[in-house]
Amino acid sequence: MAQLLKGETGEWEIVIGLEVHAQVSSEAKLFSSAATKFGAEPNSQVSLVDAAMPGMLPVINKECVRQAIKTGLGINAKINLFSVFDRKNYFYPDLPQGYQISQFKQPIVGEGFLEIEVSDGAKKIGIERLHLEQDAGKSIHDQHPSRSFIDLNRSGVALMEIVSKPDIRSGEEAGAYLKKLRSIVRYLGTCDGNMQEGSLRCDVNVSVRKPGEELGTRCEIKNVNSIRFVQQAIEYEARRQIEIIEDGHLINQETRLFDPNRGETRSMRSKEEAHDYRYFPDPDLLPLKFDDALVQAIASDMPELPDAKRTRFIEEYELSEADATLLVEERETAEFYEEMAAGRDKKLSANWLGTELFGALNKEGLSLAESPITAESLGRLIELISDGTISGRIAKDVFVDMFESGEDALDIVERKGLTQISDAGAILELVESVISDNASKVAEFRNGKDKLFGFFVGQVMKKSQGKANPKLVNNLLKDKLG
Amino acid sequence: MSLDKGTVKRVAQLARLRLDDEQLEKTAEELNKIFAWIEQLDEVDVSNIEPLASVTGHSLPERMDEVTDGNYPDRVLSNAPDRASNFFTVPKVVE
Amino acid sequence: MSSILDLDLASARSALQKKEVSAVELTETYLSVMSSNDHLNCYITSTPEKALDMASKSDHRINSGDALPLDGIPIAIKDLFCTDGVLTTAGSHILNGFIPTYESSVTENLWENGAVMLGKCNMDEFAMGSANTTSYFGAVENPWRSDDRQKSPLVPGGSSGGSASAVASRLALAATGTDTGGSIRQPGSFCGIVGLKPTYGRCSRWGTIAFASSLDQAGPLTRTVRDAAIMLKAMAGHDPKDSTSANLQVPDFESALTNDVRGLRIGVPREYLLDGMPSEIEKLLETGIEMLRTAGATIVDVSMPHTKFALPTYYIIAPAEASSNLARYDGVRYGLRIEGDNLDDMYEKTRSVGFGAEVKRRILIGTYVLSAGYYDAYYLKAQRVRSLIKQDFDLVFDNVDVLLTPTAPSDAFAIGENDDDPIKMYLNDIFTVPASLAGVPAISVPVGLSKNKLPLGLQIIGKMFDEELVLRVGGALEGMAGFKSRPAGGA
Repeated sequence: MAQLLKGETGEWEIVIGLEVHAQVSSEAKLFSSAATKFGAEPNSQVSLVDAAMPGMLPVINKECVRQAIKTGLGINAKINLFSVFDRKNYFYPDLPQGYQISQFKQPIVGEGFLEIEVSDGAKKIGIERLHLEQDAGKSIHDQHPSRSFIDLNRSGVALMEIVSKPDIRSGEEAGAYLKKLRSIVRYLGTCDGNMQEGSLRCDVNVSVRKPGEELGTRCEIKNVNSIRFVQQAIEYEARRQIEIIEDGHLINQETRLFDPNRGETRSMRSKEEAHDYRYFPDPDLLPLKFDDALVQAIASDMPELPDAKRTRFIEEYELSEADATLLVEERETAEFYEEMAAGRDKKLSANWLGTELFGALNKEGLSLAESPITAESLGRLIELISDGTISGRIAKDVFVDMFESGEDALDIVERKGLTQISDAGAILELVESVISDNASKVAEFRNGKDKLFGFFVGQVMKKSQGKANPKLVNNLLKDKLG
Repeated sequence: MSLDKGTVKRVAQLARLRLDDEQLEKTAEELNKIFAWIEQLDEVDVSNIEPLASVTGHSLPERMDEVTDGNYPDRVLSNAPDRASNFFTVPKVVE
Repeated sequence: MSSILDLDLASARSALQKKEVSAVELTETYLSVMSSNDHLNCYITSTPEKALDMASKSDHRINSGDALPLDGIPIAIKDLFCTDGVLTTAGSHILNGFIPTYESSVTENLWENGAVMLGKCNMDEFAMGSANTTSYFGAVENPWRSDDRQKSPLVPGGSSGGSASAVASRLALAATGTDTGGSIRQPGSFCGIVGLKPTYGRCSRWGTIAFASSLDQAGPLTRTVRDAAIMLKAMAGHDPKDSTSANLQVPDFESALTNDVRGLRIGVPREYLLDGMPSEIEKLLETGIEMLRTAGATIVDVSMPHTKFALPTYYIIAPAEASSNLARYDGVRYGLRIEGDNLDDMYEKTRSVGFGAEVKRRILIGTYVLSAGYYDAYYLKAQRVRSLIKQDFDLVFDNVDVLLTPTAPSDAFAIGENDDDPIKMYLNDIFTVPASLAGVPAISVPVGLSKNKLPLGLQIIGKMFDEELVLRVGGALEGMAGFKSRPAGGA
């Protein structure tokens, strides 16, 4: 099922592994009590510990531990009751300690998996591990001709590094994996998954091989911060490697960057030397131990995850797979949906949320949280359609008003007199009126011009200012036109 | 196992220390003596012995997820050898 | 004035309480002898204004009946403890101009107990050394001079050389030190004073500049065992900012000083009797054994088979941790910066100029033993041997209450001797390193004089968190030894 690339010497398989760095949602940092909010004034969310002043020591944030366990459960992984924090030693100005506190041989979470859906079916992508580590600060290189500026606000923020197995075979699969992972952590509330702000970053490992052969040499493309870029990077890198191999050369194992402006990957200028990180257990910390009771407590408090929710929507609400998938992508969407659809037509609700409301929100660049129409309010609109008070057509106009003013559906309908005409007698009058006004067309219709039916419907609707019940109009027209 | 100048140079680079040729030679000599002396550990049979994780044996203490620190950029930057408003500065890094 | 200087900490405490002397008077006396004994080079920074200000506040409290336990007591602080607003160097050039904006937990505890800060003591650079000869600020002199070497100044031991010399020279009533492999106990022995290394975790490491995280421990250097008990009570305590800090109540150490050793089982590990050890050290040990036996203790011959591996184990673990702890000294956020053509050039220039030879040597050792391909053979192996060393202590303490050993393999040597032979220098720690690796408490008490008429100490080692027994036996030994000799130098 792998999507193969055609080269000059035959078909190639792309082998992809993704390392995702997800910033843990927490108030304070992993080993210090400074704040974690994005976008603060430079070096204002930095404690003495984050600045690595002499004599400073780390103390672990219990919430970050719980968030990691929760995430591990969400990716169907083994939770390790014993894990160790190691120092990863290297020099860089945004790494004040000269080492990063991470986890090397004994991470907090072990093997797990995610299920993704791609064009040729469902697939399980294995996950190697998840561990906790410190984020680094930020270096800014474009503020001065000969200096780089260092802001340590981000230094010490908790990250979960989630390493997939090299089970991914295409850009499409990579995109699906990232979307699913992002969806899960947002559902769990363990990471806000905001790739633009950098709360979710991806390192992409790409290698190529002829199907059935050993794994090729891989290159790592660092810090790709959008799903689209990940896919572009994979595409470019795979082709680059294929070309090199087909030309008779070997792939240099190296670290590369993706340049979104050019759609290319290029080698990082910094040393090609293999980093010797000299990992060793951090002597300022003790091993992390907790018991199964904690894991069970977190497990019992987990929200319903997207896959389970989608299955339930399909089974309980009889929604289509496409609709259900859209509705569960974000937890907020699913919650909005269930609130609006409670006691109301499920399919109709799905349509109105997925197409109408999302359409309107997208146009205005608003998120669901910023929607001027609440779930309950939209739900009442659905009710009015279901009980025949207004037609679907009229509902669309009402919706526009609701969106602009936030006013309640029924109020708008009553104020504007938009109540659907469902009285058969009244409609019959309109029908007969239209028929008598358009004798020639009636004749054409009766002679076989079936397309004219729509014209008559339109005329009746016009005469009723759109309020006539379309179903009744159809039936009565059919009746009268013959 | 013996350290040569090349190894010392590599190790020094990892530690961001610069030694000139003479220093590299001298250091290689010194380190070789020290490592030869350390070699007596080869006598100890450590099969089935776990490395010591902690002398006190207590478990890792945790703290509450509360913001109780930071928000004092002046203190953080007060000893900075070079700063630009509230940033530390270093020679420009090209990636 | 001399009678004021004669007061040890406990006596000074009493004199202050009885208003026989004021805190300001006491501090002024010490400030005065400090400045007239500059040549000993005990202090890197003296803080006379601050001291007088603190002393006057102490007097105020004493006079209104609100005296704190250490009110008015003038002490010196090893320059490894970060002191708010006061230059802190770790004996190194790389912290050039560094003024912390925070106070270490240990010194905070002391100020909260009313103690007065005289200044920051000289020390081996980053606590790496056994003679205080690696300091950027020059060597420290031991106030003791040997008869036949009157002209050559002697080392005070290290790394807390400045602290030990200050106490021995009476330039401070007490001092704080840190002990990683013997850096409080060995200088204590060389200077004829008491040096106490508490159990690992007893004192907080927050704000104490790190050398080897799993070994560093703050402790007092004092004239008497009682003084050490008083100081430790003030210094110790759980600190939530230090994950390795023990969450235990601090006992009233002073009340443990009953001097009663009847019925105690005191182990003498045979592995501490080295071939080629100076006979006077062996004799000193025998003297100690006799004293304790006479006082009613049972002396037990014990074996701690992994003792000889302690030094090489230490010289893998400590440099490894140090190489990582010292990576933060890079010229970016504080201290010395030597500009470079690019970032790595700046790092290399700064660190090469900023660090001294011994520190560089240990960083290289540490970097090497952690590097790819060598980690298992060195670091991991050393941590396993460390488990065995700790096991030796656990097993022996099933059978005895404390251990008695020599503190150092010699008396104080001349400044400059051993400087070019790192291994010879490392051997100074041979008796002190095992207790550091195991984390157990240990005290050095001055017991006699060498044939050069220089002080020699004996070491009492106890169980984890059993400083009370260590102090009790140390106090008994001190009482029986009756060491009253005074150095020629100092005040």
